[in-house]
Amino acid sequence: MAATHVDEHGAHAHHGALAHHFDNLEQQREAGNIGMWVFLVQEIMFFGGLFMAYSIYRAKFPEAFAAASNHLDITLGATNTVVLIVSSLTMALAVYSAQTGKRRAQIGFLFVTMLLGLTFLVIKGFEYAEKFRDHLFPGASFNWEGAGDPNQVQMFYWIYFAMTGLHALHMIIGLGILAYLIFFAWKGRYTPEYHSPVEISGLYWHFVDIVWIFLFPLLYLLGRHVGGGH
Amino acid sequence: MSEHIVQRKVYFVIFGVLMVGTLLTVLAAFRDLDYLFHGANTVVALTIAVIKATFVVLYFMHVRYSSRLIWVIVVAGFFWLAIMFVFTLADYMTRPNGLTPS
Repeated sequence: MAATHVDEHGAHAHHGALAHHFDNLEQQREAGNIGMWVFLVQEIMFFGGLFMAYSIYRAKFPEAFAAASNHLDITLGATNTVVLIVSSLTMALAVYSAQTGKRRAQIGFLFVTMLLGLTFLVIKGFEYAEKFRDHLFPGASFNWEGAGDPNQVQMFYWIYFAMTGLHALHMIIGLGILAYLIFFAWKGRYTPEYHSPVEISGLYWHFVDIVWIFLFPLLYLLGRHVGGGH
Repeated sequence: MSEHIVQRKVYFVIFGVLMVGTLLTVLAAFRDLDYLFHGANTVVALTIAVIKATFVVLYFMHVRYSSRLIWVIVVAGFFWLAIMFVFTLADYMTRPNGLTPS
């Protein structure tokens, strides 16, 4: 685009992390952010399809959905919501530490974020185990004794496992990204001039948090006002 | 470098908003709000969720301080999501027994 081309040995002092196809670090950072946002827009559509399916079936089977939802463990669901919100805070603080060049704080916050992500998955694992034990995983051994048509209740559990499973998969990928960040933060790669990887990983982590902000009321709380707890 | 660094205080305030929002969601869910209008509980739950998500997008994800281009991308994302919901529901709701509880 620009008529003047500055090569690697030209007038500008180059930062080691600057890829040759960018004019400067600012342009590179902006391009990275845009790339991540375009990916997240795709993720919005990806999860959006499942939210769409949820909406249609919930409108069709309101009683069965309320009864099935009331069987979920609200304490574990609410705990996980808090865990994820705290992890979003620590992720934001990790980005702040990278921006301000505090390497130790950055590693610490990334590590705490990772631990909170693990906590979320362990709690989710206990929930899943309980559902498997109670024959609530959709399929041949699905068994429902409570209120509502069992086939309609099974539909709720299909959607529950698909949505929370896809969300958990995103969490697992997020843990891998955090491990990568911690390794290179420890090696001192991220500085106030260059920390795009930390920043765009933060975008990803917060997006996964947003998905849960919607999943929690839609899956765990939808029928509480009619049925109460279980 | 024109990167805007969000101060820690802002992050803690947003964190507080998100925690209060979560508490309100749970409290509201146990109250039967159907006396207001049918489905009021769902509307309240989704309103709180949208407010929480907006705070996360604007502050944790720095969109408030980002370039116009990123604004356009974010808005386009939610706009296309809205197209999917509106067109799909328009189809279902105009068919016999489309969304009628069965």
